[in-house]
Amino acid sequence: MSATVSSTAAAIADAVNTKARSARDVTDAMLAHVDAVDDRVGAYLTRLHDLARAQADAVDARIAAGEKLPLAGVPLAVKDNMCLTGTRTTCGSKILENWVAPYTNTAVARMLEAGAIPIGKANLDEFAMGSSCENSALGVTRNPYDLDCVPGGSSGGSAAAVAANEAAIGLGSDTGGSIREPAAFCNLVGFKPTYGRISRYGLIAFASSLDQIGPFARTVEDAALAYDVMAGHDPMDSTSIDRAVESTADHLRTDLHGLKVGLVREFDTAGLGGEIDAVYKKAYADLEALGAEIVEVGLPSAKYGLATYYLIAPAECSSNLARFDGVRYGLRVDANDVGAMYEATRAAGFGPEVKRRILIGTYALSSGYYDAYYVRAQKARTLIAQDFVKAFASCDLIACPAASSAAFPFDSKSDPYSMYLMDYYTIPMSLAGLPAISVPCGWVKASSGSEPMPMGLQLTSPIFSERLLLGAAHAYERATNHAALRGPSVGAPA
Amino acid sequence: MTQYEAVIGIECHVELKTESKMFCGCPNAFGGEPNTQVCPVCLALPGALPVANEVAIAHMIRAGLAFDAEIPAFSKFDRKNYFYPDMPKDYQISQFDMPLTQGGVVKYWLEDGTMKECRLTRIHLEEDTGKSSHAGSGDGRIAGSTHSLVDFNRAGVPLMECVSEPDIRSAKEAVGYLEALKRTFVQLGVSDVKMEEGSLRCDANVSIRPVGQAEYGTKAEIKNMNSFRSVERAIESEIARQIGIVESGGRVIQETRGWDEVHGTTHSMRSKEQAHDYRYFPDPDLVPMEVSRDLVERIRSGMPEVPWKRFERYRAEYRINALQATQLLDDGPLAAYFDAAVAASGNPQQSLNFVLGDLSRLANESGTAVGDSKVTPALLAELIGLLETKTINSKIAKEVIDRTWQSGESPKAIVEREGLAQTSDSGAIEKFVDDVLAANPKVVEEYRGGKTGVAGFLVGQVMKASQGKANPAMVQELLKKKLG
Amino acid sequence: MSSEKIDVRYVAKLARIALTDDEVERFGAQLGDLLEHVQLLGELDVAAVPATAQVVESRNVQRADVVRPTLDRETVLAQAPQRQGAFFRVPRIIAEAE
Repeated sequence: MSATVSSTAAAIADAVNTKARSARDVTDAMLAHVDAVDDRVGAYLTRLHDLARAQADAVDARIAAGEKLPLAGVPLAVKDNMCLTGTRTTCGSKILENWVAPYTNTAVARMLEAGAIPIGKANLDEFAMGSSCENSALGVTRNPYDLDCVPGGSSGGSAAAVAANEAAIGLGSDTGGSIREPAAFCNLVGFKPTYGRISRYGLIAFASSLDQIGPFARTVEDAALAYDVMAGHDPMDSTSIDRAVESTADHLRTDLHGLKVGLVREFDTAGLGGEIDAVYKKAYADLEALGAEIVEVGLPSAKYGLATYYLIAPAECSSNLARFDGVRYGLRVDANDVGAMYEATRAAGFGPEVKRRILIGTYALSSGYYDAYYVRAQKARTLIAQDFVKAFASCDLIACPAASSAAFPFDSKSDPYSMYLMDYYTIPMSLAGLPAISVPCGWVKASSGSEPMPMGLQLTSPIFSERLLLGAAHAYERATNHAALRGPSVGAPA
Repeated sequence: MTQYEAVIGIECHVELKTESKMFCGCPNAFGGEPNTQVCPVCLALPGALPVANEVAIAHMIRAGLAFDAEIPAFSKFDRKNYFYPDMPKDYQISQFDMPLTQGGVVKYWLEDGTMKECRLTRIHLEEDTGKSSHAGSGDGRIAGSTHSLVDFNRAGVPLMECVSEPDIRSAKEAVGYLEALKRTFVQLGVSDVKMEEGSLRCDANVSIRPVGQAEYGTKAEIKNMNSFRSVERAIESEIARQIGIVESGGRVIQETRGWDEVHGTTHSMRSKEQAHDYRYFPDPDLVPMEVSRDLVERIRSGMPEVPWKRFERYRAEYRINALQATQLLDDGPLAAYFDAAVAASGNPQQSLNFVLGDLSRLANESGTAVGDSKVTPALLAELIGLLETKTINSKIAKEVIDRTWQSGESPKAIVEREGLAQTSDSGAIEKFVDDVLAANPKVVEEYRGGKTGVAGFLVGQVMKASQGKANPAMVQELLKKKLG
Repeated sequence: MSSEKIDVRYVAKLARIALTDDEVERFGAQLGDLLEHVQLLGELDVAAVPATAQVVESRNVQRADVVRPTLDRETVLAQAPQRQGAFFRVPRIIAEAE
């Protein structure tokens, strides 16, 4: 039977376009699978049965009328910080727990227009702030490869959904690593494009100059298909880049001949422990075996990445989240005067991590501290971006870890700063606006449980070089196929 | 007794005239049903993003150029962060350190024609807030209210903030300044400037100091003035209040005071204990503006002559008085007509007389603007020509213009057809004069007895007898001769 | 850049978030900890470095002055936490806005 719940998006679209299977069939099977599995995984905050069926019927009608759709019938998980008309869009927060969006995010709209079927709104760290999905105020998402471990964050729900075969493509958002890290934790491909490549209109903002939407998928080809559908200028987003998009799904490579891959001196993996070090050393060797020339590059400013990010992102979010004030929508905690109402509403509606970031961000922008903190961080950001430009003078791609460890158990990082460290490898690319992807690159012994847990290789390249990046990632994936070692503990097709 | 001078700066918020709002496509229109002119962007729904209105930016450049402001090559938007129920995002998109215009000078004039100048600090672009109305206090004021109702139709309307230097020295000057702003913005088409609709709001910073002192006194900010007249009254009241305080040995407190129209006083508005920390930073959802010199020149070349330049030109070239010049300037189409009439006739004084006199009267009576009437500048020029050659006198001219207004017929044709040409034949006039003198012996006696004023009556009689056609100057001359 | 103690109450006021005494203490410590780490930026010589305004440079993104469809009022007000007729309703405002 073609197009099972674990099929790739490419296979499903092919089956539906050739009428081997109807979108409705695919959707019904998927919804049944979700109902069977998600109580244990917790990927979805809202399951979209009715909308999914209606969408599937609409796709079938279009196919019957002779259309061919790039993502016909492809089940889609949508991170719950993306507006979709008529659906609850919560950002994993009590403050939006019951808010129904009256309009749709542009990237989501393009996916639906391309034939994708929205299966559910996926869980996330509250307002996309976190690296484990533990900061969600509305639900717990478990890593399908080990239910006692986190799926990663902040796009943990979308990652878990795809990993447990509850969707073929998941949409996530990445600000400091929120697609790449959960992809690595969940044995998936996770891709963040160049800043401005995919519209942010309808993506509930965390840090405006860093947020980007991107796909989770089981293969690089699927991620490329999704990117090709979503990328491109949107007049509703002033930061959306108005520049022709080079297609990527039809330019996937089988080797890396002629390419130089840079290994970052400052990202040496020796300090991550013998097992993890071995995984990455092997990964780099595999890149070389594919024909790439390995060179050493430096990113001397990378060590300032965390400090830079944890000033800029909170500063922007402190302003972006001011609108959640109980006046026009969302939670309101009543009080005698509007000032007290604001304070009580936001105290009750925001979780501790969100409060922390709003506080530090407000502080960094406040009078007397603005130059010392915010401006200085924006200058450090320039240095980091310049470092990458210099590095790319001697290589085409940079390879490094997506995360410093495999998925960790719940409640194992109670100190906020230890959680922030999870973003160490992913933050510099975000600050520089570069496209970056995580691809499964090996397995390590799990901290809990007996089954090995996945690790991700991060590849990054200059801005607007998505075709090169996805092409190279595909070559690596095809040659190594690490993802195939084991399926998830929960969600494997019957 | 110490003489004090007032030092006044004005801060205006002027709504720009555009079809749509500053950062979204909602209509920019006054008076709509509450909360019907809103969208995800101006309502600040989660996930919405701003995109700047190109016409608003062009209007700003126009406004800056009108006042000889500098238009920097680089400008950007910043977020001004504070919480208030009529501010959907709880920050306002505004401009902090790189506004679209810097400096500039507003040249204006007082009633007697004296030209004055007030420097501008800057004009920057921002978005307006929604409107809140306060319920439960009985008088619509915040104090004593139990709750407020908010309408977001106005949220996001593009707003110019014009900040002046404290160059203004009296309430009358303040009004002159505001009238100059209004006149200019209306003529440029960048705003309707209707205080009653809220498209112009202004605050005044007022302080006093002894004449001759360089240091500024403590200033108070006056708000809540709803018309130019209340601006004048409020400033006068505040100046008097401050002088009163200082004369009695007190000190003026820096505070915000609201103008109370009903009682004719300002009252202290309990200002916040701490100054606002707006945490300005560049808005990451918008990109900077590079204003090319090409664009500036293109806009500059498409602009009409600014009012104060026109005012000075009228007074210098045509020697018309301040009041007349102002009347013209406040009516753009009328001023344009006047210019055309001068060009056609070469006679500014007569053109002015007719434009402000008979033509304006006819316009008021008929409801048709002078520029839309049948009396084209060419036809007016024709009529003026007839007066210059003394073919007709001014009394006849009045009749003729009435008729041209109705029919559009050439004045020359009317005069010829109806034989309205005036008589300058001294013989004929002398006969009329003799007849009138003979018919009014009592009046003649009065005149010779010293009541020279009655000559006017006699002139009138001669004009009547001649059916208005006698050359009035000749009549006067002959009468004087005969009366002795 | 020195390591000062953050006045958490003041910052929370600016951000309009009511904090319990417990939170003031806890957040104060956690934020202080973060600021310690952020001190690292003090090492950098950034005198000649421009602040990044945007990662990917662009200029003059504007839209034509054209009216677009608005939201239907019922949609807008249906999710208002409190409404009164055609308006959003909020508790009384104590101080005047700037």
